[in-house]
Amino acid sequence: MNTEKNLKTLIVNKPLKLDCGKTINNFPIAYETYGELNLKKNNAILVFHALTGDQYVTGINPVTKKDGWWSYAVGPNKAIDTNKYFVICTNVIGGCMGSYGPSDKDPVSDNIFGTNFPVITINDMVNAQYNLLDHFNIDKLFSITGGSMGGMQVLQFISNFPDKAKTVIPIATTSSHSAQNIALNELGRQAITADSNWKDGNYASNNTIPGKGLAVARMAAHITYLSKKGLQEKFGRKLQEREDLKFGFDADFQIESYLRYQGSVFVDRFDANSYLYITRAMDYFDLAKQFDGDLSKAFKNTKAKFFIISFTSDWLYPTQENKEIVIALNSIGADVGFVEIESDKGHDSFLLDVPNFLNALKNFLDKSYVENEK
Amino acid sequence: MKKEFKVIADLIEKDKKVLDVGCADGTLMKFLEDDKNINIRGLEISKEKVQECIAKGLTVIEGNAETDLKQFPDKSFDYVILSQTLQAFLNPELVLNELLRVGKKAIVTIPNFGYWRIRVHLLFKGTMPITKTLPDEWYNTANLHMCTIKDFVHFIKSKDIKIFKSLALNNFNTSLINDNNLGFKNLSADLGIFLIEK
Repeated sequence: MNTEKNLKTLIVNKPLKLDCGKTINNFPIAYETYGELNLKKNNAILVFHALTGDQYVTGINPVTKKDGWWSYAVGPNKAIDTNKYFVICTNVIGGCMGSYGPSDKDPVSDNIFGTNFPVITINDMVNAQYNLLDHFNIDKLFSITGGSMGGMQVLQFISNFPDKAKTVIPIATTSSHSAQNIALNELGRQAITADSNWKDGNYASNNTIPGKGLAVARMAAHITYLSKKGLQEKFGRKLQEREDLKFGFDADFQIESYLRYQGSVFVDRFDANSYLYITRAMDYFDLAKQFDGDLSKAFKNTKAKFFIISFTSDWLYPTQENKEIVIALNSIGADVGFVEIESDKGHDSFLLDVPNFLNALKNFLDKSYVENEK
Repeated sequence: MKKEFKVIADLIEKDKKVLDVGCADGTLMKFLEDDKNINIRGLEISKEKVQECIAKGLTVIEGNAETDLKQFPDKSFDYVILSQTLQAFLNPELVLNELLRVGKKAIVTIPNFGYWRIRVHLLFKGTMPITKTLPDEWYNTANLHMCTIKDFVHFIKSKDIKIFKSLALNNFNTSLINDNNLGFKNLSADLGIFLIEK
C-alpha cells in the first residue's frame, strides 16, 4: 500500500538481530523530518509514533491527505517548534508506511511476508530507528518523545542508548503492558483473524483485505482512546440523521455512526497484518522484566532529564502506570519531573488540542533548550 | 521574594541537592538554583502551580507529600524544605518523619499560633484569628493542625529530633530562639523556622 509513494527511506545495511532470534538486513526505514538541523547538531528531536501513527507527524500526510497525527503539538511556533528544532520521525518496523513490515516481500521466497514476517518488539523498533542518528550524523538528540506506544519506545530508547538524548518525554504510557491492554489488543487481533478474508495473513496474494475485521478492531480500540465522560458529552444518546429509533440494526445513534466511520477510514490506510504485529510488540513490552524486575535499573546509566506526562481521564495508560516510571527514576535520584494534565479527552488527549498539555510540553522543551545552549 | 525564603536560603550552602516539598510556584526553588547553584527538585500538589514551575524551567513532580515522599530513597537530599505546610497535613508526624528520612537535614517553617496578634484576636474578638500568615476563615482553611512555636519545639524534643537552628521571624526581624527566650519568641514571632535532623 506504500510502494508507489515517494517516501524518504533509509536502507539499513547493517544486520539487526531481533528479539525473536532472527536477523534482518538491508531493510528500509521510512522517515520524515521537519525543521532544520543546526550546525551544532544539537536541536534534533526524535518523535516516536503510536500504534496506528506513521512518520507524518505534522502538515498534510501525503498518503491520507489529512493532518499529521501530532499536528497540534508539532509545527512552527507550536509546542515542538519546528522553527527551532529538527524533528525526525520514522515509521516503526512492522508498520505499513514504508518501513520493513509484513506487507513487504520476503527476499527468500519472493512472496509477500504476511505472517512470515518475524515478530518484532519495541526493542527491535528502537534499535532499527537508532540508525537514523548515524544517517544524520547526530551524536546526541536534544529530546526524544512520544505518547502511548511512542512513549514505550522513548523508555526503551533511553535504556538502550543512555547518553544519546538530553531530555526524555514519555507521555501517556507504561513501562509494562497491562493485562487489560493485552486483552484489548487480543480483541482486535481476533477480529482481524476471524475475518474470512484474512486467509492466514495471505490476503495480499488473494487480492483482498480483511476489511471488516480490521474495522471492528479499530472501532473497539477507538473506544478505549476516549473517556466515558467525553463520549457522553460529545454524543450522548443523539440519533444519527433520524427523528426516532428505527427498530433495526442500522446506526441509529451518532456514536455508532461515528465508530463505523472511524473503522472504515482506518481500513483504507492501515494494513491488517501490521496491526497484528504492532499490537503484539506492545503486549510484549515489559521494560522492568528486561532488568530482573527492577525498572530503575533500566535508567541507571543515563543522565538525561525526564519529564513524564499523564492525563486524568486516560484509563488505557492511567496516571498510576506513568507514576511508576517516575517512582523508578526517583529511586535512583534521576532528574525527573511529572505532571498529570486535567482532561476529559481520554488517552487521545496527547493528540488533541489540550492547552495545559501543550504549554507544559513547550515550556519544558524551550527551558531545557536554553540550558542546552549554555 | 518573601523574607522567609531569604532566611531559608541562608541556611543552605552552595551546590547542594535540595527537595522543596510544597514548592508552590517555585519562587524559592528558582532563587536557590540561580543564586546558590542548588540541584533543586520540587513536589507540589496543585496542577496550576506545577505548570508555573515548568514555565520557570524547574524540575517539579506533581504529587502529595503524605503519599509521594516514600518514593525517594533515604537521605537522597542534603536538605528537604517544608514551608508553612506541616499544619495542613492529615498526619503531620508522618510527613515530618518522611522529611527527615529523605533529607540529611530538613528545614521546616510553621505559622506560629502563639503570635500575640492571634492571641489578642481570639481573646477580644472571640472569633478564629485571621492574620497575614493565616488569611483564611475557619471553614475554608487548609490548616488542620495549627501549633505554636512552643508546641513544635516540645514535639521535636520528645521525638529525639536534633534541632540545629531555631529562628523566629516577624515583620521586623529574624532572631534566634533558645530555651531561655522560647516563651517570649512564642509571643513575638509570627513564623518559626527550624533546621532539624534525625
